[in-house]
Amino acid sequence: MKKTLICLKVNNKEYEVAVEPNKTLADLIRYDLGLTGTKKGCDMGECGSCTVILDGKPVNSCLVLALQAADREIQTVEGLESEEGLHPLQEAFVEHGAIQCGFCTSGMLLSAKDLLEKKPNPDEAEIRRAISGNLCRCTGYQKIVEAIGSAGERMTEKGGKS
Amino acid sequence: MTQYNVVNSRAPRIDAPDKATGRAKFIDDFTMPDMLWGALLHSPVAHAKILKIDTSRAKKLPGVKTVITAKEAGLTKYGVSPARYDETIFCHDRVRYVGDEIAAVAAVDLETAMEALSLIKVEYEELPAVFTIEEAMAKGAPLLHADFPGNQCAEVHHEFGDVEKAFAECDLVRTDTMQSKRQDGGFIEPQGCIADYDKRGYLTLRTATQVPHYVQRTIAMALRLPVGKVRVIKPYVGGGFGPKAEANPMEMSACLLSMKTGKPIKMNYTREEVFLHCRARHSFRHTMTTGVKRDGTILALKHECYLEGGAYSSFGIATIYYAGSLLGGPYKLPNMKYDGYRIYTNKPACGAQRGHGGVIARAAWEQQLDVIAEELGVDPVELRLKNMMVAGDISCNELKMNSLGMRECIEAVRDGSGWPEKKGKLTKGRGIGMACGFFVSGAGYSIYRSDTYHCTVTTRVSDDGGTVHVYTGSAEIGQGSDTTFAMITAETLGIPLEWVRVSSGDTDFGVDLGAYSSRQTLMTGHATKEAAEDIRRQILGVLTRELKVDMAELDIKDGYVTFKHGGVDFSHLRKRYLEEHRGWKNHPEESRLTFREAARIAYLARGSIIGKGKYKPQNLGGGHKGAAVGTSPAYGCSAQIVEASVDMDTGQITLDKMTDAHDCGFAINRTSVEGQMQGSLMMGLGEAMFEEVIFDNKGRIMNPNFGEYKLATALDMPYIEPIIVESHEPYGPYGAKEVGEGAIMPTIPAILNAVYDATGVRFWELPLTPERVYRAIKENKNKSKKKV
Repeated sequence: MKKTLICLKVNNKEYEVAVEPNKTLADLIRYDLGLTGTKKGCDMGECGSCTVILDGKPVNSCLVLALQAADREIQTVEGLESEEGLHPLQEAFVEHGAIQCGFCTSGMLLSAKDLLEKKPNPDEAEIRRAISGNLCRCTGYQKIVEAIGSAGERMTEKGGKS
Repeated sequence: MTQYNVVNSRAPRIDAPDKATGRAKFIDDFTMPDMLWGALLHSPVAHAKILKIDTSRAKKLPGVKTVITAKEAGLTKYGVSPARYDETIFCHDRVRYVGDEIAAVAAVDLETAMEALSLIKVEYEELPAVFTIEEAMAKGAPLLHADFPGNQCAEVHHEFGDVEKAFAECDLVRTDTMQSKRQDGGFIEPQGCIADYDKRGYLTLRTATQVPHYVQRTIAMALRLPVGKVRVIKPYVGGGFGPKAEANPMEMSACLLSMKTGKPIKMNYTREEVFLHCRARHSFRHTMTTGVKRDGTILALKHECYLEGGAYSSFGIATIYYAGSLLGGPYKLPNMKYDGYRIYTNKPACGAQRGHGGVIARAAWEQQLDVIAEELGVDPVELRLKNMMVAGDISCNELKMNSLGMRECIEAVRDGSGWPEKKGKLTKGRGIGMACGFFVSGAGYSIYRSDTYHCTVTTRVSDDGGTVHVYTGSAEIGQGSDTTFAMITAETLGIPLEWVRVSSGDTDFGVDLGAYSSRQTLMTGHATKEAAEDIRRQILGVLTRELKVDMAELDIKDGYVTFKHGGVDFSHLRKRYLEEHRGWKNHPEESRLTFREAARIAYLARGSIIGKGKYKPQNLGGGHKGAAVGTSPAYGCSAQIVEASVDMDTGQITLDKMTDAHDCGFAINRTSVEGQMQGSLMMGLGEAMFEEVIFDNKGRIMNPNFGEYKLATALDMPYIEPIIVESHEPYGPYGAKEVGEGAIMPTIPAILNAVYDATGVRFWELPLTPERVYRAIKENKNKSKKKV
């Protein structure tokens, strides 16, 4: 299949990749760029484990063609950590026991990040809605919900101080 | 009370940082140089003779490296229970369900492999198929396996005591029948594997499995290789819940393809293939007759169960035994009769899933006990308190409760939920229900008959003395076992958790039967503790000689060697250590001998310090046939209370709150125990409310995806209050026993009982879809109108 050269920015790094027209963004991220933190659980946009942030919006990257990502900005789980260390959401997930098998974690974190950016202090119902497109079969969601709430508080505190 | 430094805490899981940053590697995250992709050809029909398989066109497709069928794979029968090996890697003369494997292809990429599959021509002669228990058992029904008349895969007949005699003494005897539906495992990571056969004839299989040891043995047997030439490595696994607890045809195909091509082979199941492979919860039909005295004393249970098994046995032999034996507790039940039948059908094979075999039996019985409580005018909580077993009790089928916090669990949920203020006092459409359950802490016997250790653990102290590395074949599949073993090691040795590393899931690290039957905390935990004790003994043994003190004088705490009566001069050891570290910073502090120094001195005296641990259950009871299924070194138990609201006009159920108490013996990690409880409840909730694998009339799955097969989302889950009960199991490491599966047991019946309390309608068929609930409410209304 004929490939097209595209440029895209992933986690603030520029990439130039030749992609087939039928390649999904999830496959591009995982297999071409080697960023395997983004997971694939269903390939049909139903489980949410491939969630990435595309131009500021969380998307199921298995439902986006790689070509559609040309000249756009993407954030994956690998881009959450900064020089200061883990993102507050990552810290909270670790501390609250929000991670069991970890397969849904990357997608959960990115859906949660999007929520907290739009709504720094969400209530429980808002948190549950924000991650309702991310399936988890291990945790019963409760510790994930608690972790997101606690990260929100931590981020607001931090933001308030600076 | 014993003071612990590491266990019983809420230490964050040791794998969490890697999982939170995307660093943790799951099977599909691996690639190997020169790797080929494999794909499987599945039968499109449910039952047919294979007349001809022509792979010639597929083989000619550019990029295809090899195509294999039963001709190459051979016809060695394999399966889970040696008593029922009824599968071959590929079908050769007959396909038995839509999805049965016929051939595999290896090609340069997945697209080419898929195209090659489409070029394989298979000629079928379709046969009549059976999709239900009734069809399969009908006179003259087509047989799936010639050796099994009536399509009866297995039958079990047990009688303990004399139920008929007991019924004659009962004041109330009632019979109910409950029907559940086939469930899918629903783990988010589909199975996948990479097989690599090297030039010396050693085969390495990386695979998303719960049971590296059994996969190793099954592959060695099916591919006729010495076990020692097969190594199975489990990377991080994205959930298992049972269906990943057996070797699958994809793993065996990948191995064969690698042996044939000399290249690494990568294969993944698609989500649809996960449904096709199935091996998840059977659909069960239970008919139970229970007899009680007027005061609520349970005297007898007569129980008949039919399992719709699918085309092969898989774990089903164990399932059919568990479906009966797990009702032996947690109530005193002097008389129990059980007749179980597992029936073959032309559908994907069912196997083990969380709460193996016991979940629907428990649902049926706990709902029936609720009915009985109402008929007797007894509070359901009181009925259970009256009948529950206590530590030391032995069930009629010889399950011995060495510890059992059943009373503590029941009282905890009663008090934690506000049961006395709510039961019978809620407005119409709102309800509250309770149920109990119990489960094994590890199968007492290995799946193949053997005196094998159930696990061996080797723990090695790094030669510098600073890190303790646990090697185990056990399977971390998300439940937190690696963290559990790190915590047990740290506690036993008296060092901080940060100094312990765990490498697991590799058959090179020893025997471990794997993650199933909620066995690892108790069993691998034992072996881990023993290995750490061995190390402790070796290090302190060297110190007794070097310092000329008694062993009883020495201890290790928080990473330091302590002396009971003080005044021990260890300066010559310190000197030796410092001499080895000239120019280094961070020397040990003056006054205390560190574990690192002690371990280093021990190494200098004895070479590498390696501790060994092993575990086999104590002698377990039960002389009857099938006693091996259900007997366990220990039993966990739980009680739950569910509060529900039902929209009487639409049948929509909303669960408002779940209160769950579980006796895990002793919580090695409190956060992980709660996580298992909450996760179990969610799976039970899904099974009660939405989950059903649906087939069309040709045996094809109509909903092999997460769009139409509904798992619970964050919006479906109520607040779950987890209450940990600790009964200190004498046969568990630090008193620990199971939590991973027992916690699911009361969920479905507690929901059913709450929905009854809300609607006045009993449901004996799952799942509780709004349609089913709506129809039942309407029917109930019509009935009561007629009465008027």
